[in-house]
Amino acid sequence: MLARAAESLFWLARYMERMDNVARLVEAAQSMSGMSETADEWRSALVASGCDEGYFEKHDELTQAQALLYLTRDPDNPSAILSCLDRARTNARAMRTALTSDMWDAVNASWLDARRLTPDDFTPGRIGETIDWVKTVGTRFYGAYAGTMLRNEIYWFTRLGTFIERADNTARILDVKYHLLLPRDEGVGGAVDYYQWTSILRAVSAVRAYQAVYRTEVKPWNIADLLILRPEMPRSLRACYDNIEEALDQITETHGGRRGECHRLAGSIAAGLRYGRIDDVFARGLHEYLTEVIERTALLGLELNAFYMR
Amino acid sequence: MFDEMYGPDGASRAPYAAIARWLDGLPHEALRVKADEAERLFRRIGITFAVYTEGGDPERLIPYDLIPRVLSAAEWRLIERGLKQRTKALNAFLADVYGAGEIMAAGKVPEALVLRNPGFEAVMQGLAVPGGVYTHVAGIDLVRTGPDDFYVLEDNCRTPSGVSYMLENRVVMMRLFPDFFARAGVEPIARYPEMLLRSLQSVAPPRCEGEPTVVVLTPGQYNSAYYEHSFLADEMGVDLVEGVDLVVQDGAVFKRTTQGLQRVDVIYRRIDDAFLDPQVFRADSALGVPGLIDAYKRGAVAIANAVGAGIADDKAVYVYVPEMIRFYLGEEPILKNVPTWQCGKADERAYVLEHLAELVVKETRGSGGYGMLIGPQATKAERTAFARKIKADPDAYIAQPTLSLSTCPTFVDSGVAPRHVDLRPFVLSGAHGIDVVPGGLTRVALREGSLVVNSSQGGGTKDTWVLRG
Repeated sequence: MLARAAESLFWLARYMERMDNVARLVEAAQSMSGMSETADEWRSALVASGCDEGYFEKHDELTQAQALLYLTRDPDNPSAILSCLDRARTNARAMRTALTSDMWDAVNASWLDARRLTPDDFTPGRIGETIDWVKTVGTRFYGAYAGTMLRNEIYWFTRLGTFIERADNTARILDVKYHLLLPRDEGVGGAVDYYQWTSILRAVSAVRAYQAVYRTEVKPWNIADLLILRPEMPRSLRACYDNIEEALDQITETHGGRRGECHRLAGSIAAGLRYGRIDDVFARGLHEYLTEVIERTALLGLELNAFYMR
Repeated sequence: MFDEMYGPDGASRAPYAAIARWLDGLPHEALRVKADEAERLFRRIGITFAVYTEGGDPERLIPYDLIPRVLSAAEWRLIERGLKQRTKALNAFLADVYGAGEIMAAGKVPEALVLRNPGFEAVMQGLAVPGGVYTHVAGIDLVRTGPDDFYVLEDNCRTPSGVSYMLENRVVMMRLFPDFFARAGVEPIARYPEMLLRSLQSVAPPRCEGEPTVVVLTPGQYNSAYYEHSFLADEMGVDLVEGVDLVVQDGAVFKRTTQGLQRVDVIYRRIDDAFLDPQVFRADSALGVPGLIDAYKRGAVAIANAVGAGIADDKAVYVYVPEMIRFYLGEEPILKNVPTWQCGKADERAYVLEHLAELVVKETRGSGGYGMLIGPQATKAERTAFARKIKADPDAYIAQPTLSLSTCPTFVDSGVAPRHVDLRPFVLSGAHGIDVVPGGLTRVALREGSLVVNSSQGGGTKDTWVLRG
């Protein structure tokens, strides 16, 4: 397939995934606003979505109202929910021929619906409903491509986009929240309250998943384990990299075994997650560990681009 | 004025009998509901058309009219023969002007008109195009003024668009009215993409081994006809490429793929000559492929339509098409030209300036309904201004009588009413011969009394039925 087609599909999937992730962060922040006087939740949502720099270039102070606007519908923010949908559609439109009609429909119909949203739909009273809608858009897109695409290159490049974006996002959420909630001098199991810990889980829609896996009260240690190493947790780094490896293997197979640096790098990261232990992660330092994952994931994106999309 | 459905006695003409019965049984409210449904369908599929000079919605829909336009089998047979004849002559003309130049040597077409025409591409002189085909896809615009009177309004030999609307209009019609459609006995048109692919493959360069690789070259998604480009690539099962996706190496053309470079044999390009290759044409073009023309000259790739095909659809050259048919084919033209005055000729110009209020004046290089004057509908000030333009650059204008275009019943705000229509059939030329899919794109001027059907000027489209014989 065309190199540019692979690139467009990759970014289509990344923007749809990013939209979904930002929506979950906003939802988590919104649900915490009632319990805390500070805007810390919004700060962490901005940092986790990589929007903090842009926000503070534009605003001097952090307020709930401005953060909400910036993350959802500010056209100056390329990662705002509506910007993501817009960019996803631009990429989809560039490669209409590669998409199934259901996939195109999932993106295009949502984009058309989004044009009918008004500023009112983004006020604190209405945002919950709007976020629910955004999540169904993400699910619909994911369902459309899982359910209708041939398992050929087109599909696997789309998968790569989804899981690279998701891995980056999970690592960021965990990093930001963990450090916000767990100051350096406070040991695990300190005085931070239960609701705050569960906010990490809410940001990745994993409150129930946690209970199902650990059957115990929420412990920071377990949260890290769940989001890093657990293969059954669909947003864990391990699950993301299992999917990335599978996609790369499938692409390699159709290309007669052609491999490059991106394959080595993905395999190396995936192996680390597959055989890693959470004790070692903490022994090394969670923040250092996650920083490395974020950097190597970004590097993988560049290597994929150099190998397939040029 | 000739209405294609209702005769002077108010009874419907035979080809429209089924339509008349169908309309009688369909209240306006039902039509309104279906029209809304059609609009939703089009928007969903993403069929939009950007109009450059207009503000507002950049992804405007071309209005679709529910009531089909119908041609009988006998009417179509005549049109089809005429189209094939004309396209054959246009192609022979292109081969001639870039080759031996016999028609100019014989004094049938003025040499200056060809050689000093901006549509003439010197780079094509002596270049052997694969299969000898220049105008692979031609859109020949027809108008009708009476039961047996069809005129060619203009030829489009470069990159005529609209075929996706022809195909999608049919899909929507069949979806909205499946029962009615099934009973009507209409020639199918869905084979067009397959015919186009076969036609393009047939002109692959002789050097090409195995099945030729065809691509559609588009300026990109901000082009007004982008939907059509992606639609055709999709329907043919070939890649839709932009200039950046192609690269010339060792005199051949390749596309950049996820597996490295792959050879390309035939380029169905939907970008203008001037943007094809910055090394030869506009150096500032970011849309093209550096080195493409060099590869073309070496016979490494086929370009459809050929570079320089625009010389054949110049509005001043148009006047000579009947002469081309006689010269190359030794036949009388089956389809008539509209009588045309060339403002470049002193006596004809004098006539035009005296009769501006009755005539339609067009720029010879204009297209899309821009830069024209419709005398009877223009104000006096507009006519005076236009007269000045003609006098300043007479060669750039031609004039034609204001034809009384046929009308077809059309569903407008006030109900079903007659509106003027034209027809653009699509003619495919390959190494094996010429094919025409039965029908074409019917464009309709939605404003009452308007004769301008161009979609860039607010025209709409209709499904076009050719009845089985």
